[in-house]
Amino acid sequence: MPFQIVINLILAVMWMFLSETYNFKTFLVGYLLGIALLFLLQRFIPDAFYLRKVGKVFNLILLFIRELVLSNIDIVKHVYRPKLDIQPGIFALPTELKSNWEITLLANLITLTPGTLSLVISDDYSVIYVHAMDITDVEESITEIKETFEKAIMEVTR
Amino acid sequence: MSGIWINAVLDILISLSLLLGTFFIVSTALGVLRFPDVYTRLHAATKSSTLGITGILTGAFLFMYVEHGIVSGKLLLGILFILLSAPVTGHVLGRSAYYSRVPLSDKSVEDEYKAHVNKVKEH
Repeated sequence: MPFQIVINLILAVMWMFLSETYNFKTFLVGYLLGIALLFLLQRFIPDAFYLRKVGKVFNLILLFIRELVLSNIDIVKHVYRPKLDIQPGIFALPTELKSNWEITLLANLITLTPGTLSLVISDDYSVIYVHAMDITDVEESITEIKETFEKAIMEVTR
Repeated sequence: MSGIWINAVLDILISLSLLLGTFFIVSTALGVLRFPDVYTRLHAATKSSTLGITGILTGAFLFMYVEHGIVSGKLLLGILFILLSAPVTGHVLGRSAYYSRVPLSDKSVEDEYKAHVNKVKEH
């Protein structure tokens, strides 16, 4: 993937030299042409077409924002409810992710999901201990985290 | 003629994002006051404040652009860094609170981490 980005940058700079105008606009046009070339020639270039991965990163960012808004609304609902009927608690979430980078992303996403806050990560990185606002639906939130977040993160990093 | 309409819509957009931001920040403050213990308060402090600050900064960005024609990159960067740092702050504060043995509130029903720590100690 870094190789393809470098090729793309070189193509963009070459386009600037070919058209002999050195500004951002020409660079952008060159970059877009480079993307088109890479797309057409992807059979001859090692690794998969890199924009596909960029699209997945974009998906992850959208997921991040959606969860943020949802959790905000959830918290505001709790704040303005006249009587606090919550059952806080800490539950363990086993995770399959391995590297530092993936675990960091997952912990951040958990903190931004409605009603959960990642508290401690075990020393061997296999379990994340999560503080939940309402522990009654633990099973549901575990499956949700596993299905949506872990999958989205794995698609980006692997 | 259409210019007036666009200006009105932009004004409404700006005020709306500023108001929403303020609303979320006020809710955060109320939440921090109302919730029973450190951990639930952290829920309030880390979550709704992010959207609050995002709303206010977006309003400021739109205002700068519409009124003065300035595209303020600093404000956009501010939003980005708030979004990145708020969950990390929440995690670190919660972790250090737990390690300095701040008790969970009486309403809490479950603590699987405590069970895990006890198990490790026995070995």
